[in-house]
Amino acid sequence: MTAGTPKINVTVESVTPLNALITRFTFRESCGKDLPAFSGGAHVVVEMDDHGTKRMNPYSLMSDPNDTKRYSITVRRDDEGRGGSLYMHSHVKAGMEMVISTPVNLFSLDLTAKKHLMIAGGIGITPFMSQIHQLTSTRAHFELHYSVRSDALGAYLQELTQSYPKNLHVYRDDQDEQLKLAELLNGQPVGTHVYVCGPKGMIDWVRETAREADWPDSSVHFEEFTAPKSGNAFEVTLHQSNKTISVDRHQSLLEALEASSVEVPYLCRGGACGQCETNVLECDGNIEHNDHWLTDDQRLSKTKIMPCVSRFAGKKLTIER
Amino acid sequence: MNITFKDETFRDDYTFSNSEEQIKRFPFPFHEDSYMYSVNMEPHAAVRPGSVFENDFDVDEHYVSEMRDRAKVLDEDPLRCQSLPHMTLAGWDLLELIMTSKAKDYPHWFELHRDGKNWHWINHPLNIEQKFIFGDETTLPYGPLEYITRQTQGDFVLLDQREENLWLEAGMVTTQADWSLDFDIGMNFFEWHAPVPLAHEMGIFQRALKFLLNIQQGTPARRLNWTMTANPLLDTSPENYHKWGKQKLEVTRENVGNKMHLRVELQTFFRLPRSNALVFPIRCYLIKLEELVTIPKWGRRFHRVIRDLPEELATYKGFIDNRPKIVEYLSKYDDGQDTSLGIWPE
Repeated sequence: MTAGTPKINVTVESVTPLNALITRFTFRESCGKDLPAFSGGAHVVVEMDDHGTKRMNPYSLMSDPNDTKRYSITVRRDDEGRGGSLYMHSHVKAGMEMVISTPVNLFSLDLTAKKHLMIAGGIGITPFMSQIHQLTSTRAHFELHYSVRSDALGAYLQELTQSYPKNLHVYRDDQDEQLKLAELLNGQPVGTHVYVCGPKGMIDWVRETAREADWPDSSVHFEEFTAPKSGNAFEVTLHQSNKTISVDRHQSLLEALEASSVEVPYLCRGGACGQCETNVLECDGNIEHNDHWLTDDQRLSKTKIMPCVSRFAGKKLTIER
Repeated sequence: MNITFKDETFRDDYTFSNSEEQIKRFPFPFHEDSYMYSVNMEPHAAVRPGSVFENDFDVDEHYVSEMRDRAKVLDEDPLRCQSLPHMTLAGWDLLELIMTSKAKDYPHWFELHRDGKNWHWINHPLNIEQKFIFGDETTLPYGPLEYITRQTQGDFVLLDQREENLWLEAGMVTTQADWSLDFDIGMNFFEWHAPVPLAHEMGIFQRALKFLLNIQQGTPARRLNWTMTANPLLDTSPENYHKWGKQKLEVTRENVGNKMHLRVELQTFFRLPRSNALVFPIRCYLIKLEELVTIPKWGRRFHRVIRDLPEELATYKGFIDNRPKIVEYLSKYDDGQDTSLGIWPE
């Protein structure tokens, strides 16, 4: 399988700041053709030429999946991050030509569910926006529980309140409003599926609480992409390609491989899909495993690494690439 | 492509046959002189103009007659087409995929005019014209899956993806190699493959499932599978085994070349955009032994494959009793010469 999904050339139609941290970007197909339809929860990988460094960040599509004229994504500015979101916020303007991937869905709705119970934290609202469009068009039963820092920082709060007053429940940190999760899960009808997207702590909390309440794992869905972390630079020896490459502080191992023309399969670029799993042949040092894919045994044995998010510190790392 | 649609039957008097052109484009499934299972997947990309791999959905000279045969099967047994309630969206996905592909690949036969959700479909070979609202079942004479697959050669299975598995939850199945949609509906990938011998031990299904779960929009895949059928029967279903099973006993040393058919399935896999389900089209191609041996390379190779096939496979594929007659017939077309690699005629 080749790396990623087929590329689409797009033109930025509009850039809309929503609040101090969050901006919406809307794309059209560059030649005016239709974009592929997609399913609620899907993401695209957006390619950026960040001053010579090629970045490819995944963003959830938040527009109506039936709208094949345009795609929208919403990006939260991360001032501590490696620069992908900063690039989107400071360099991307209407009219610009960009390249995105064909949509991939790693956070799909379970269409057998009798009811969809959605729990969003902050920017984790984005995949639910497209899912809600999909569920509304098939008149499915859903409920959205949305935690925000404040009304001012809650993306799409107004729009959601207007369109779905009966389905929406909002919890504002600055008002000390809190989701009573155990109670919420306890009151659900049989056949309910729960979906969570937000900070890692929130995802863990929902999964734990659901497990304690004896929810089957198959009814609990979560979207857990991690943006690659910055870290110290390191060197890696590529056994098959017979070369040694350096990974910069603000670069992921996957990006460094791609920069030296080594093709590695990927879908999520966030440690969740497993596509880029790579064998470690020699490891004199420590692998910083930042993924959600490998098992604890695989991590301890130092035989596998996920190049999209994980890093290395030590004397020598040789991988099978 | 200049084709005359044949008027022929796949039952009773069995007037089915392949034209010379159709024989040359037959998807011969053996790339070497022996056969064993493998996850022989490749991208479903266009290769060799005129071949069955040129378009997403191949339309050939048997189209009109195959659709007539499907309608008869459905008249007798409506359960050959079923869709669990959550699979309706996948049905619309499939309808869209087939209509847009056929209108693009065969514009002289199929037309699709779209104005938002108002769609206008014209199928010239079957003389069908339909205006409908995309997404509104009440505007079509059948559900979307049944509507479009009554107009498309091959069986279709819709697979829902959840719990890291695939679930067979809708389909149109009238040209199958002895399996039943009504029996399998609701099963997951491992359950519906349970009857297949040897492959489980080889770990084939774990690898195949992993591959299928990762098929993405815009990158369909394909493989070939095969078996053998006495008489050119499309509907070799368990439901009708009492009708066709005994026909295997009619094969003699004299009629084997005409009666025995190699049955090849072109299996393709597409990720569907709106439902995130997979569609698994299984297109059946039939060829008589006497047609097959007109391609010298195929005659030589097929003899060697059938002669050396493990007994379990010949049993599972249902021709163990007729194998000696088939091998004897084919041996006359095997002069012992080397064959080139690959499936195409020399």
